[in-house]
Amino acid sequence: MTDLTRMTATDLAGLVASGETSAVEVTRAHLDRIAAVDDRVHAFLHVDTEGALAAARAVDERRAAGEQLGPLAGVPVAVKDVLTTKGVPTTVGSKILEGWRPPYDATIVQRLRAAGTVMLGKTNMDEFAMGSSTEYSAYGPTHNPWDTDRIPGGSGGGSAAALAAYEAPLAIGSDTGGSIRQPGAVTGTVGAKPTYGGTSRYGLVAFSSSLDTPGPCARTVLDAALLHQVIGGHDPRDSTSIPQPVPDVVAAAKLGATGDLTGVRLGIVREFTGEGAEPGVMAAFRESVDTLAKLGAEIVEVSCPHFRYALPAYYLIAPSECSSNLARFDGVRFGLRVGDDGNRSLEEVMSLTREAGFGAEVKRRIMVGTYALSSGYYDAYYGQAQKVRTLITRDFTSAFEQVDALISPTTPFVAFPIGARTADPYQMYLADLFTIPTNLYGGPGISVPCGLSEGLPVGLQVMAPTMADDRMYRVAAALESVVGTFTPPAL
Amino acid sequence: MTTTLPAYDEVVARYEPVIGLETHVELGTNTKMFCGCPTDFGGEPNTRVCPVCLGLPGSLPVANKAAIEATIRIGLALNCSIAQWCRFARKNYFYPDMPKDFQISQYDEPLCSDGYLDVEVDGELVRIGIERVHLEEDTGKTLHVGGATGRIHGATESLVDYNRAGIPLVEIVTKPVPGTGALAPEVAKAYVTELRDVLRSLGVSDVRMEEGSLRCDVNTSLNLPGEEWGTRTETKNVNSLRSVERAVRSEILRQASVLDAGGRITQETRHFHEDTGDTTPGRSKETATDYRYFPEPDLVPLAPDTAWVAELKAALPELPRLHRRRLQEQWGLSDLDMQSVLNAGAVELIEATVAAGTTPAAARKWWLGELSRRANETGTELADIGATPAQVAELQGLVDAGKLNDKLARTVLEGVVAGEGSPTEIMTNRGLEVVSDTGALTAAVDEAIAANPGIADKIRSGKVAAAGALVGAVMKATRGQADAKTVRDLVLERLGVQG
Repeated sequence: MTDLTRMTATDLAGLVASGETSAVEVTRAHLDRIAAVDDRVHAFLHVDTEGALAAARAVDERRAAGEQLGPLAGVPVAVKDVLTTKGVPTTVGSKILEGWRPPYDATIVQRLRAAGTVMLGKTNMDEFAMGSSTEYSAYGPTHNPWDTDRIPGGSGGGSAAALAAYEAPLAIGSDTGGSIRQPGAVTGTVGAKPTYGGTSRYGLVAFSSSLDTPGPCARTVLDAALLHQVIGGHDPRDSTSIPQPVPDVVAAAKLGATGDLTGVRLGIVREFTGEGAEPGVMAAFRESVDTLAKLGAEIVEVSCPHFRYALPAYYLIAPSECSSNLARFDGVRFGLRVGDDGNRSLEEVMSLTREAGFGAEVKRRIMVGTYALSSGYYDAYYGQAQKVRTLITRDFTSAFEQVDALISPTTPFVAFPIGARTADPYQMYLADLFTIPTNLYGGPGISVPCGLSEGLPVGLQVMAPTMADDRMYRVAAALESVVGTFTPPAL
Repeated sequence: MTTTLPAYDEVVARYEPVIGLETHVELGTNTKMFCGCPTDFGGEPNTRVCPVCLGLPGSLPVANKAAIEATIRIGLALNCSIAQWCRFARKNYFYPDMPKDFQISQYDEPLCSDGYLDVEVDGELVRIGIERVHLEEDTGKTLHVGGATGRIHGATESLVDYNRAGIPLVEIVTKPVPGTGALAPEVAKAYVTELRDVLRSLGVSDVRMEEGSLRCDVNTSLNLPGEEWGTRTETKNVNSLRSVERAVRSEILRQASVLDAGGRITQETRHFHEDTGDTTPGRSKETATDYRYFPEPDLVPLAPDTAWVAELKAALPELPRLHRRRLQEQWGLSDLDMQSVLNAGAVELIEATVAAGTTPAAARKWWLGELSRRANETGTELADIGATPAQVAELQGLVDAGKLNDKLARTVLEGVVAGEGSPTEIMTNRGLEVVSDTGALTAAVDEAIAANPGIADKIRSGKVAAAGALVGAVMKATRGQADAKTVRDLVLERLGVQG
């Protein structure tokens, strides 16, 4: 019989809905796969076997009772450990939350449950989503299924690796500077960052509130769109959530899959010269541009002069917000507490807890952010970075007056060997060179596999105007219709 | 320091005080500032909490519209400009009763700014400038257990109750108030009193200082005439109107003694002690924490609709000061009489009694007479005495209808205060109604005439004044329940004499 773990979410949902297979069978197949390969991949921090089977049985019962099932009912999904899951451990990849079982579900998790998807477990990530390789997880790195000596990208390396290793057909990620798209690119999977405010942040453990965006990860563009449709839309619990319906991303993915991009104008950012990017990545990108042109798209060069300041602005804004967001991890109410021996002061216990509970990269960013917000430095750092953010937004706005969407490589380099960039934070930060501008602007971006370089996947990024998420799905699906999906070597 | 404090009058003759007040008001909204938890006072510790007000990872705030509306109404009542666009800001500091280790507040973009409040001191109007009115969330409460003092030193355990965390809190900051001289303490008290009355008239808070729903910090500095303002101190823990006055006075005296001794005032926070009436130093502001304020990224900016603000402004109640002046005119009271009504805390009670149909004079008589006396005797607030304006109005109605005389009415009122029921019920149940049955009265009058033939003869012969003795006899026989005038008329009638 067909291997259920190799199928798309769309096909799995169809099999469950028609009764050809059960949600329990689908779930068991994926749990078995996790049991077989995850010791080599380490995509998961927690596998919720019981919860997953119970959810699957509930779907089968509803089907047996003749209930109409949603488009993804019975399909397993892996959830990045940044989202709270009621009663299920949520660590954010950090020692400081080890053992914490939240008393509530994130809005996205609620929507996943309501849609009848089956949560397999929680996936590995860089601690507090700070990183581009998942090496900064307090629980050890995740390995890229294409080459287990290499990184799967980050911070959402666990979710991307779970897809590439066929441990899950769908996954949830969160993207603050590229944490969905860059892992998608280096694992040959699809990762979409929705418009900021298009998906609820309620229950997403905050790294940088004005940038964090949860979104879908899948192996195909249509699967990502289906998942986007399920998790997206206004949430009254999140003030920054946009009170508008989700753009019809599913219809857009289907339209794109016809392979016709006639009348679509795509922009290439002049300032993304390819400097600092690997030649193989640029070659695959240029080849994709030609492909898109052949599908009827008009390719236009646009200028976004302030993109060069995006990385420094991001590395002030995100740490500033994180320095405040991470203050609550003080050992008083939840998670780790160190040094509470009855003799130490509250300040000492807080300090010892944070010293022991946070990793080096998290501490680095808290310190940078604390400095940037300090009296006397605020204007020069945080204030200036906000001005740059405004200028970058203007670059996007003016670019979208000329084109429907922008395209670029997702990340300058393919999956690098584990340990290759940990010594120099700046080398790690460069991984998000092409993805960060979109976060500062708040628009949507998607990474879709576009080819291989030295046998490793390369991703193409499509960036669209805010609340025009459908456009990027159309372009990504069109490219996918030509280049197809990419299968890693057997584990 | 054991220096004797100089005399107050002598100090304020040499130094000019400048005061400033920061007032925190807990709003009486049904739910907290950023979540749906209830706000009512009391409740078992940590029962009115949720992921949001506990600051659990992943939770997000959503601003309470009712709190924003209340803040705008406060700003309007204090003649402030209302921001067309402003943001919340995070005030970052570590403290266990701050669930997120930052407080959502407002920094350089307050919702309301630049207003004033006029207060009356010694018959003079003093205009207190309002710097800003902003909205923030309250903190939880830390309880230090096991020590003698309830303070952290010596405690064996510290417990935190987050029920209060996230209750909407409005901060009202005055501009510095110079030029009040010796009256500075009274001006401070008058301002807080007037502000409390304004807030109460708006119905935005129960403004109870003893429960902490109105909290006050007092800034004080002294300077020599013609010189720059001195270094100010901030006195916290000022939890009653009387304490506001005492705290300013005490701080003026303390600062004067320091300055007289050639010392300099340290910019610091001081704590006021109700028992001793003086202040002790808290943390020094010179080593103040850097709060690293920045705009709250989890909340969208506030942009109150201009038409909505205009609507709120149009619907504001009359200011208490103007309201009082209007009542004084309507009631025809002298300044002195009005002052005694104010001192008794009877304005609203009399107003409500008048609204229920009683004349101002009668309403004032009951509230300032019998009821105030009882309140003083039992040490209760007049408003909590147990009689409502509606009951007092009903009682007066019975008097006006001739069913009760003054003495009986006072007996009925005692029953009302004792919780026996409405005046009518008490009158009926206790059989206190004036005897108005002429048949029964006539019999009693005839009996009295028969029993006192000598007096009857005197009256017949024209000594009408002697009728009083017979009236007294009838009243005694009817246990006071007859109307004295009716009895007198009857006596004269039965004896064939013209009154």
